[in-house]
Amino acid sequence: MRTGVAAALAAVLPLALAGCGDIEGSRGGGGGTLTVFAAASLTETFTSLGKAFEAAHPGVRVRFNFGGSSTLARQIAEGAPADVFAAADTATMAKVAGGGAVEAGQARVFARNRLVIALPRDGSAAVRGLRDLARPGLKVVVCAAQVPCGAAAGKALAAAGVRLRPASEEQDVKAVLTKVRLGEADAGLVYRTDARSAAGEVRGVEFPESARAVNDYPIAALDKAPRRDLAAGFVRLVRSEQGRSALVQAGFEAP
Amino acid sequence: MRRPLREGPSGRPPLILMVPALIGLAFLVLPLAGLLFRAPWSTLGTRLAEPHVLEALRLSLVSATLATALCLLFGVPLAWVLARVPFRGARLVRALVTVPLVLPPVVGGVALLMVLGRRGLAGQWLDAAFGITLPFTTAGVVLAETFVAMPFLVISVEGALRAADPRYEEAAATLGAGRWTTFRRVTLPLVAPGVAAGAVLCWARALGEFGATITFAGNFPGRTQTMPLAVYLALESDPQAAIVLSLVLLAVSVLVLVALRDRWTGAGGSA
Repeated sequence: MRTGVAAALAAVLPLALAGCGDIEGSRGGGGGTLTVFAAASLTETFTSLGKAFEAAHPGVRVRFNFGGSSTLARQIAEGAPADVFAAADTATMAKVAGGGAVEAGQARVFARNRLVIALPRDGSAAVRGLRDLARPGLKVVVCAAQVPCGAAAGKALAAAGVRLRPASEEQDVKAVLTKVRLGEADAGLVYRTDARSAAGEVRGVEFPESARAVNDYPIAALDKAPRRDLAAGFVRLVRSEQGRSALVQAGFEAP
Repeated sequence: MRRPLREGPSGRPPLILMVPALIGLAFLVLPLAGLLFRAPWSTLGTRLAEPHVLEALRLSLVSATLATALCLLFGVPLAWVLARVPFRGARLVRALVTVPLVLPPVVGGVALLMVLGRRGLAGQWLDAAFGITLPFTTAGVVLAETFVAMPFLVISVEGALRAADPRYEEAAATLGAGRWTTFRRVTLPLVAPGVAAGAVLCWARALGEFGATITFAGNFPGRTQTMPLAVYLALESDPQAAIVLSLVLLAVSVLVLVALRDRWTGAGGSA
């Protein structure tokens, strides 16, 4: 039986680890810990900014909780101990402010993101704009209307007058990206930053109607932040020249 | 706090067992009570009447039932092989069978895409030869649920087979019955309660399946959006609606499970 368990672990462990590769081991203790809740699309940029912040504040550790903005907002509303919240749209930040976790008028827009059509690099579909997505036989995936990227997709499609019959309405933008990356979908609507993060496998096609569905990303130090001083410092870093250039490099637009 | 070790069966149950038992029970039941407490009872009726709720519920029940059928079809023979046919590497195979239990379901979904996806090892061929693609279809939902739920069935049935008295099978063999006949006429009736219990577990697991389903089959109302997927998405925009959906799923599953238990396993005795 013992060997059976060992064999099971050996078979599963690499997969399980791959599944949670972005969780950083906490060393515990030491200086202060800054906890940042941020939209999933900020994963790459904020991780690198977090390293810069740690380098500038010896002894301080930055811990991230990346996820869907509305999920994070709910966690904050239920009392999760966060210092900073960065959302993928202003509506979600407004919800958090409405719950009293952020002082009204505190949140600042620090980046903008817009949708692009993501195509598998080795795909054969000729897609030049939103209209092409409605072609019969094309498997298109989008975000569900309940999440910000789905709301944005809905606005852009309405602006283009295109009625889409998607193969799937995914739970978040990374799921859409995965389906395109694996070639399961012929096309998907993702943020420009997502397409850029997977540039090896995915080609992003810009389209004019995306201007109708630009997402503003607000950031704020939370009112009850256990580390208000550090929280304010991190918000400053994100809005600094250094933060801006990291964001632009990832495909965001400056506000 | 030391109590006498010997207590007659009619004596009071020892505190050292009762206290953790009650804590365990509370831990399992309290979150459920939380859901009931937070449920928007006043708008329950109108929320339930929404067509997408019934659509998701129907899809959930149908796909979980089909998945259970597939699990029975393949899982019972697999359990029999594991319990009755000695072969080298049996331990490894048994460990592999339990992999879906420990695998994060989302990873299971990705693994299914790698094999049965449009560009997967087998999926590529299915697409080229028959024009069949499984992702984004109801069949994909059933497969994802089968993948995650089958270990529950295999483990229950294998356990029942090992616990069954082999002398009945030996007697059947002495009387000239072949292995298939023995399996059909002796073994299967003998382990029927174990099979039923396994099927019930399997069905319940399939009904609640989320990660593998949304990863492999995606989410589209009426086609691949089962109740857990509907709950997850409702949680994004309208937590109250999510609670209502969860309650519906819970109520239906409890009803079905209680009914099955009474009917199949003799008032829940032997399972």
